[in-house]
Amino acid sequence: MLGVKRSDLPLDQDAHSRFLPWLIAFMVFLAVLAIGGILALNATAARWDQGVGGTLTVQIAATEDARADQNNLQEVLNVIAAQSGIERYTVIDEDRMMALLSPWLGESAKAGDLPLPKLIDVGLADEAQFDLKAFTRALQLRVPEASVDDHRVWLQRLVKLIRTVQLIALSILFFIALATVGTVVFTTRTGLAVHKEAIEVLHLIGAQDSYIAGQFAGRAMMLGLKGGLIGIVLGLPALLAVGYLAESLQDAALPELAFGIGEWALFAAIPISVAALATTTARRTVLRSLARML
Amino acid sequence: MSKGNITRFENVGLRYGLGPEVLRDVTFSLDQGSFHFLVGESGAGKSSLLKLMYLALKPSRGLISLFGCDIATTPRPELPALRRQIGVVFQEFRLLEHLSTFDNVALPLRVAGIREQDVTRHVTELLEWVGLKDHMKSRPPTLSGGQQQRVSIARAVIARPRLLLADEPTGNVDDRMALRLMHLFEELNRLGTTIVVATHNMALVDSLGHPVMRLDAGAMSVVAGSGNKSAAREWRESRESAAAQARARRGRIREDNDETDADPPGIENFL
Repeated sequence: MLGVKRSDLPLDQDAHSRFLPWLIAFMVFLAVLAIGGILALNATAARWDQGVGGTLTVQIAATEDARADQNNLQEVLNVIAAQSGIERYTVIDEDRMMALLSPWLGESAKAGDLPLPKLIDVGLADEAQFDLKAFTRALQLRVPEASVDDHRVWLQRLVKLIRTVQLIALSILFFIALATVGTVVFTTRTGLAVHKEAIEVLHLIGAQDSYIAGQFAGRAMMLGLKGGLIGIVLGLPALLAVGYLAESLQDAALPELAFGIGEWALFAAIPISVAALATTTARRTVLRSLARML
Repeated sequence: MSKGNITRFENVGLRYGLGPEVLRDVTFSLDQGSFHFLVGESGAGKSSLLKLMYLALKPSRGLISLFGCDIATTPRPELPALRRQIGVVFQEFRLLEHLSTFDNVALPLRVAGIREQDVTRHVTELLEWVGLKDHMKSRPPTLSGGQQQRVSIARAVIARPRLLLADEPTGNVDDRMALRLMHLFEELNRLGTTIVVATHNMALVDSLGHPVMRLDAGAMSVVAGSGNKSAAREWRESRESAAAQARARRGRIREDNDETDADPPGIENFL
């Protein structure tokens, strides 16, 4: 309405509110990084879950006797074949094993230098219906050297770590919002004090509280939007730069910064939400202050 | 329109914080369409009484009713609607310095949500009438004291209030302009607005002869009803010397650079 275009209070000339967009820009910058981190970690957790979930590894410890080892392997394969709910299984051959071990043992290590356990990669048809305990019991009854590693413990710890980091990022976001609210409250209160006289006149002339609050809210919205845009313009390149650096390290364990439309929409929503937050905060601050007048 | 009570005070007392009562047991009522002067020495509580009437203050005790509403029990959100029916000429004008003359006068209409084209028409006509047509875009600090006073009066009357309260509305203008502003008030009064003018200007009180309410150290000692002008005259005589002093005081600060405008069109044009 008219109140937005034309203000009865000279709020746009207030020196004290000039710093507000920059503070908000800083907050939004931090928020962009925090949200980027949360999203990247989400993707990582999902990727890990997909890669490792639904599989388990059966390991048969090597003994002195090569023939006993061979028997053990056959026994284990029999048990696996008899077990329902298993989709596929592969015995990992020695070449692949050496390749997996080479980071620790070096390229010169050859098969047969060390007693290597036998590993069988097992893919489950349906994780929920598979009875891990019964399978393990049956296996160890036949081959005491066999053990089952279902990755779940390992994965759960990693996912827990990711969730913890995400929780920290979320609480950072919360504090960013809190700081933004605090800044807007402070700026609005200063504005109320500076324009006390004009506000009182408006009040006595018969202005509704919402009329006066609307002027502050409109101003806060403009400042919030401005700050939000500056923040996102600075924050997104920073986030992408971090993503580029992480990518250049080529470490599979590092989170990936590949955002879809939903994620970009989320970033676009930041300046709008910040403006909305500033608007609501300013409005409520003014209304609460005016409620003290008759 | 029936001649009801515009405002009624019953045993109203007012104190600021824990200080002494600045108003004590004030009881009076104003009929619709009445015109009163409010007199009393400075510090007698005139401004406080007006503040109670324009809802800037709550009484410490007693009952105030305005347009038939008990102020103490009227919900806060309904007070702005009452305030819009009151025009106030503040002693210190209280114009918004960042707004032009036009915007200052337009304020009550805009606050009430009047359409902008109507606002423009009404404000332009009224400013023409009070002789400020050439200063519509000027800001208050660039205006003389008398011009600011006229802006403040224009702002008070623009929304055609039911009750007009003026605190020393003629303190900054010469006698000629003072009389003209009083005629504006009388014109409004004739059209049904109830008017209370607080003033020190005894000459003005004398020349217009409206009933006088007198505040003396926080107590309303004389309320001269319509037609009962003798009480006012009596008091006036008793205060003759004080008034003369006040006049002398004002005379010194009346170096007002009020231009003498050509006689403007009649008030009926904008009312």
